[in-house]
Amino acid sequence: MIQRRDLLTWGSMAGASSLAPRRANAQLCAHEPLAFPGSPRTTPWLSTLPIPPLIQPVQRLDPAPVPGNHQRYSEFEPKLFYDVNVQAITHRFHPELPPTPIWGYGGMVPGPTFHARYGEPVLVRFRNSLPASHVGFGLPSIATHLHNGHTASESDGYPSDFADPGHFRDHHYANRPAGDDPAEIMSTLWYHDHREDFTAQNVVRGLTGFYLLFDDLDTGNERDTNPKAFRLPAGAYDVPLIFHDRAFNADGTMAYDVFNTAGILGDRYTVNNAIQPRFEVARRKYRFRLLNGGPSRFYHFALSNGERMVQLSNDGNMLPHPIAVSGVTLSPAERADVIIDFSNARRGDQIFLLNQLEQTAGEGPTGHLMLPGDPVLRFDVASNDTADPSRIPETLRPLPRIDMREVKQERLWKFDYLNSNWLVNGKLFDTARIDAMIKRGSAEVWTFRNEGTTWSHPIHIHFEEFQILEFNGRRPGPGDVNRARKDTVRLGPNDEIKIFMRFRDFLGRYVMHCHNVLHEDHSMMIRWDVVP
Amino acid sequence: MLRRNLLGSLFETMKCAPPLRGPRAGYFPNVVLTSHENERARFYDDLLRGKTVIVNFMYTTCEGRCPLYTSNLLKVQRLLGDRAGREVHMYSFTLDPVVDTPRVLRNYADAQGVGPGWRFFTGKPEDMELLRRKLGFTENNPELDRQKSFHTGLIRYGNEQLDRWAACPALADPAKIVRHLSWLDIKPCEEVVA
Repeated sequence: MIQRRDLLTWGSMAGASSLAPRRANAQLCAHEPLAFPGSPRTTPWLSTLPIPPLIQPVQRLDPAPVPGNHQRYSEFEPKLFYDVNVQAITHRFHPELPPTPIWGYGGMVPGPTFHARYGEPVLVRFRNSLPASHVGFGLPSIATHLHNGHTASESDGYPSDFADPGHFRDHHYANRPAGDDPAEIMSTLWYHDHREDFTAQNVVRGLTGFYLLFDDLDTGNERDTNPKAFRLPAGAYDVPLIFHDRAFNADGTMAYDVFNTAGILGDRYTVNNAIQPRFEVARRKYRFRLLNGGPSRFYHFALSNGERMVQLSNDGNMLPHPIAVSGVTLSPAERADVIIDFSNARRGDQIFLLNQLEQTAGEGPTGHLMLPGDPVLRFDVASNDTADPSRIPETLRPLPRIDMREVKQERLWKFDYLNSNWLVNGKLFDTARIDAMIKRGSAEVWTFRNEGTTWSHPIHIHFEEFQILEFNGRRPGPGDVNRARKDTVRLGPNDEIKIFMRFRDFLGRYVMHCHNVLHEDHSMMIRWDVVP
Repeated sequence: MLRRNLLGSLFETMKCAPPLRGPRAGYFPNVVLTSHENERARFYDDLLRGKTVIVNFMYTTCEGRCPLYTSNLLKVQRLLGDRAGREVHMYSFTLDPVVDTPRVLRNYADAQGVGPGWRFFTGKPEDMELLRRKLGFTENNPELDRQKSFHTGLIRYGNEQLDRWAACPALADPAKIVRHLSWLDIKPCEEVVA
């Protein structure tokens, strides 16, 4: 067992420049399932970074959507319709591995990227064309959650609202900020499977994709003439990155330990489902949308050249001001939009995005940093220069006002473990049991308490973004990236976190759960209902 | 090219005609066990191969929550009715094979009112330990892993042919457990959408 001190010493001696050759075929420090021999050898940086294509709308859906199935449909009448066919296909994670069976939205992994706009409601039909007699991990039954859309309950992908093979479900996304408050506008969302008991298996099988929201400030146009527009890097310079750690069998098929309920680690990093890819960059600014796709690994990302990044958002929600950071920590489902500026790099430079967080078991990270870290993605600085009309504005979005007079209820949620079951307040998840009834239009203060001494839980609440009032008794101050709107929060061993959240606009059932999807599937979830 | 074709054709075959042996066949130990009815059975060949199963671990001297787990599984058995032992096989494996001889398991099953379709098994301690580890009734923390009672709270359910496995709490609502079992069914080929 390598101790932290050894790692630090080795890291400072090795230096960032010698990183690539020394760790040419980096193996993660994974807790290996019984008798798992390790993935076949893969040469890093052979793949180019895949960028998922943008989804195109369809003229009409047949059969037509049923307006009566949706809350406030006529108020937010869909302007665009999308048809997403969920299919079993094969995918190559690496040129040295054969194609392997996966499931993909639109037959691709990650699924196609949505570019949605506030004020432009859409309807998305997710059709299940998976084979009913599928063999291997994954249940061919889907419930799609837009994480973390302000979505009516019936479109939110409640775990038991699933579609079996041959069936579909229509999801109505109003693309309207919570409470009609412009401070609640979101940017980087993702859609993924949420099937009761099988979320981990179905997500690892491939069911993820990006859903990006734009508005009058974050317009997706870096040459926008509106003086208020952010003009962040856009188009080819706005790059979504979903990170997973995966494991492969000797024959190149995906390995998945179906008998694990604590958390699954892989021994290969993938970015947009390519193992350790390279990405050619121009000497200019890029907006990268970092998303930890899970299932169980936590990351701390940093750059091998020691340069800082500029963090724009937390969980896809713009911060009040951009913050220069040396690294970004993401637990499963957390997101961060960052600017990486390559304008000072030299042509031909190779810069690595590193994961520095040590994790040896599925329950959570050790908390130690590995230095220099595992290289996950390589940026190759191109020889040709490109114009950079983008900019980083000084201010982004103000935080919504916290008014404690709106608080109608305080609740305590204790996260615990007993006899192989992950529990919330001592209870097992039951789709039919309501654990909290919340009045629409009210606010609540929730406290999350981790009763465990070794495990970590990324706690995720659907429907609205919350703000952290206290993290172990302390309020995140100005300049802290956690002074932000969030939907997933890292609850480390013995941590206690208090949050403020509003519940507006729609009625119905929603969930709060641990986003280590293995814990989620094994009961660490509650149901809460918004009631009139 | 050849490899691609093989994979492609395998994939097509899987859609309609699942193989009798699941793809994880080599993973499961074929250890010889003895049931509470004093019948010998090989774990993979006789108990698992081609079957849909509910599996848990227990021991007859376990107090605390264990009686609740057993009574919950009894409700599952009643809900399954005559499907138990035919379509769905219920197996309980002892964590304490030295104490839990076939006779002790028999007395336990009788005292609980266990009916046909649910069998209790014991075997050599090293075989039971291998089985426990292979089926993932384990803790990462070695100290916790040594405590037998920590491995009693989970039920695994699976369809071996489809290699479709999941787990739910031993105290989950019995009707819910039976509903979960229905997800393991193989639907006819006609229902498969290309």
